[in-house]
Amino acid sequence: MGFSSTVYNAIFKRTSTMALAVIVSAFAFERTFDLVTDSIFEKVNEGKLWKHIKDKYETEE
Amino acid sequence: MAATVGRICGVGLLKPNNLTTIGQISSYSTAKEWTRGKKALLGTLGIVAGGAGAVLVALDQSVKASDLELHPPKNIWSHSGIFSSLDHASVRRGFEVYKQVCAACHSLRFVAYRNLVGVTHTEAEAKAEAEEQMIEDGPNDEGNMFKRPGKLSDYFPSPYPNEEAARAANNGSYPPDLSYITAARHGAEDYIFALLTGYCDPPAGVVLREGQYYNPYFPGGAISMAQALYNETIEYNDGTPASASQLAKDVSTFLKWTAEPEHDDRKKMLIKVLGIFSFLLGITWYIKKVKFASLKSRKIEFRPKK
Ligand code: HEC
Repeated sequence: MGFSSTVYNAIFKRTSTMALAVIVSAFAFERTFDLVTDSIFEKVNEGKLWKHIKDKYETEE
Repeated sequence: MAATVGRICGVGLLKPNNLTTIGQISSYSTAKEWTRGKKALLGTLGIVAGGAGAVLVALDQSVKASDLELHPPKNIWSHSGIFSSLDHASVRRGFEVYKQVCAACHSLRFVAYRNLVGVTHTEAEAKAEAEEQMIEDGPNDEGNMFKRPGKLSDYFPSPYPNEEAARAANNGSYPPDLSYITAARHGAEDYIFALLTGYCDPPAGVVLREGQYYNPYFPGGAISMAQALYNETIEYNDGTPASASQLAKDVSTFLKWTAEPEHDDRKKMLIKVLGIFSFLLGITWYIKKVKFASLKSRKIEFRPKK
């Protein structure tokens, strides 16, 4: 049995596991996608964002 | 739609013909039934309308050229790029300039102290900034208004209670609220920068009235705001040399932020949109390939009934 039919039988065949797979993969995709795009933005704007200058002004915490 | 096209073209659509459909479509044109006179009339009408449009455009251009106003040069801001955020250190210095110079005349009614938190100031610093100001509140139990130190939720206090008071104190001119000024002026932050640094002596023949100053970037040239920024007008807390152009640049960046507080998020969102849509474009292209593979390798045979 090939990889795709294993996946099909394990996940896509039943609606319940299919729905679960959709939810879990959406969550995982969103998390990694946000992480990647945010770090691109921070790389492009290195030194300009509040995040990069705030330690100069924060006292305690 | 598809049904209509099918009815007009009939089996023609199934034949591998080139350009014959265009010929068929032209046979549905009504123009060839027009009389010569009608064609000539419509032709002249078209030429007259086009000519009038061209004249209007030309007239409009000449009006622009005769303007007395100097358009601000485009500067390369550190936030000019499509992915570039605002320079928050500059926004913070710009706030110092606004607070110590512009706030004497200009209100900033739509910005609250809480808006500074996480943008230019820490929460503790923003609280301290708010507490420096006495804000009118009330009415209290006796129905009187009273003053109290500001809170994070307060908006920036205005220098004048109303427009009339502002005009009376400024020679009849109203210093506009600066919250959305970069969005409200052509040239946006380039204009603010040019305006603040562009004061000069009036050219010969320009008469200024009492309390007016000459600024070529201001429409009309005569502005009721005196030059506000000179070298070392204020001293920066972070030690940046406070030249007049540095002060103007920082306050322009600050005003860009007050007018577009969503600026950074918007540019970050662009990265996300480009990412998601190139992903979706890839999927769309793949699905199109899959679906068309069978369609394109199919043969259709037409066998008329005997
Ligand atoms: C002495 C009071 C005063 C100070 C200080 C002052 N302004 Fe003004 N400002 C005015 C007045 C009055 C006008 C209206 C001018 C007019 O309409 O002729 C004005 C107009 C403006 C305009 C609008 C120009 C236009 O296109 O209509 C801008 C932008 C502006 N000021 C920015 C600033 C900035 C930024 C600062 C701080 C660096 C500042 N001003 C400091 C009095 C002041």
